[in-house]
Amino acid sequence: MQDLTDAFVELFRRAATDLPPDVENALRQAYEREEPGSPAQSVLGNILENVNLARKQSTPICQDTGTPIFYVYYPAGWSTIKLREQIEEAARRATAKSYLRPNAVDSLTGKNSGDNTGEDFPVIHFVEWENDYLQVDLALKGGGSENCGVQYKLPFNELHAGRDLEGVRRVALDAVEKAQGLGCAPGILGIAIGGDRGTGYEVSKRQFFRNIGQRSETPELADLEERIYEEANMLGIGPMGFGGKTTVLDVQIDRAHRLPASYFVTVSYMCWACRRHRMIVRGDEITYQ
Amino acid sequence: MITLQTPISEEEIRALHTGDIVRLSGTIVTARDAAHKLMIENFIRTDTIGYPELYEKLKPLLKGGVIYHCGPVVAQNEDGSYRFVAAGPTTSIREEPYEAEVIEHFGVRAIIGKGGMGPKTLAACEAFGAVYLHAVGGAASLIASAVEEVQDVFMKDELGVPEAFWVIRVKDWELVVTMDSHGSSLHQQVKEQSEARFKELVGLV
Ligand code: SF4
Repeated sequence: MQDLTDAFVELFRRAATDLPPDVENALRQAYEREEPGSPAQSVLGNILENVNLARKQSTPICQDTGTPIFYVYYPAGWSTIKLREQIEEAARRATAKSYLRPNAVDSLTGKNSGDNTGEDFPVIHFVEWENDYLQVDLALKGGGSENCGVQYKLPFNELHAGRDLEGVRRVALDAVEKAQGLGCAPGILGIAIGGDRGTGYEVSKRQFFRNIGQRSETPELADLEERIYEEANMLGIGPMGFGGKTTVLDVQIDRAHRLPASYFVTVSYMCWACRRHRMIVRGDEITYQ
Repeated sequence: MITLQTPISEEEIRALHTGDIVRLSGTIVTARDAAHKLMIENFIRTDTIGYPELYEKLKPLLKGGVIYHCGPVVAQNEDGSYRFVAAGPTTSIREEPYEAEVIEHFGVRAIIGKGGMGPKTLAACEAFGAVYLHAVGGAASLIASAVEEVQDVFMKDELGVPEAFWVIRVKDWELVVTMDSHGSSLHQQVKEQSEARFKELVGLV
């Protein structure tokens, strides 16, 4: 098996410093939509300038380089033990090169490991697949945005939210309202309907690997995505909470089977710094998208 | 575009209103949790001044000056001087118990951070002529490029790099006034409006 450590370091660098084009486009469209000279437009202008500068200088888009979340899709025959070792070594090197801020803290001692490795850190999901090439998706998710994630247990009486898509809509809007002033808006909502508490968060975060504007293949969910997107933007929270038309850049929903007794709706929030990148390995050829 | 240059006068502050966009230039000082605690315990809520040398250095910098809530990533140059690599704002509300007294004691004219602050700070802004300026959260590379020079650092060894008092010179840094000296807070306004719309959308009115 080939050594991909250097390729993983490059994947970290790209993720931390190069915002994906679909996210940047969504931010640019938001800039056009906001009132000229408004605080909202000023924020978006600053964000776009920052994105440009980070790419040019190869410096972090945001100083909080977050939790690295990996999805590794591998053909039969690859060793996930070796892949994990290589990813961890790459995290160490990427931290030494200042692509990543040291972000892994021991929950008992409070000590920062200093190199972005530790218990279950980075987060890696391995999925074997039928294709004959390796695909590695990486997202960096910052603390401010992670802190506004929330899981609702339906029925949720306070909002008259029952166990149906209308209930999902109500709690999703509640989550946007509560994220005000916390995660850096405009953000992206990833929503999971169902699952258990663990898979709820996993499925909701997996949505952040979809492109902005890519609707669910399930028509009811696609409609719900549209509706929550429009209504969240009617709240008027705006970029950085300064008021304005752009509170979220997109809403993406998926579902998982649940127990008859449970109906969880899990809402994860990704700030505007939606840093994700993909690497594909075919034989000796490595490409990044 | 309104420009501000430190030291800032009370008249300049009183002319500002929430929603105004300003460009700030001049010398400012970073301070976050540990620095605020140190100022309160050693300079303000005390009869005997601890760290008298630091106190004398801070007084002229903060009179008409600006405090920035930031824990920077700092690199050292070969000649021993420092430069800011990433310098985004940190959440300001943690300094709410201290900031009003710091504004009053030193005559600070502006606080920079993210997320806004509470009623105590808003009241101090009104009483003593100060504003809260909001930086764009996450815009680390852009803000670092507005920092032209690291002029000095105090208490770096005692407090650590992110918590130290960094004295920096900034140029044309774009910021939004979200709390002014007339009792108005953009954060409060937006919160009230969005809450009302939320209630309409989910049929709670
Ligand atoms: S919420 Fe996102 S943009 Fe804001 S500080 Fe955290 S990682 Fe950076």
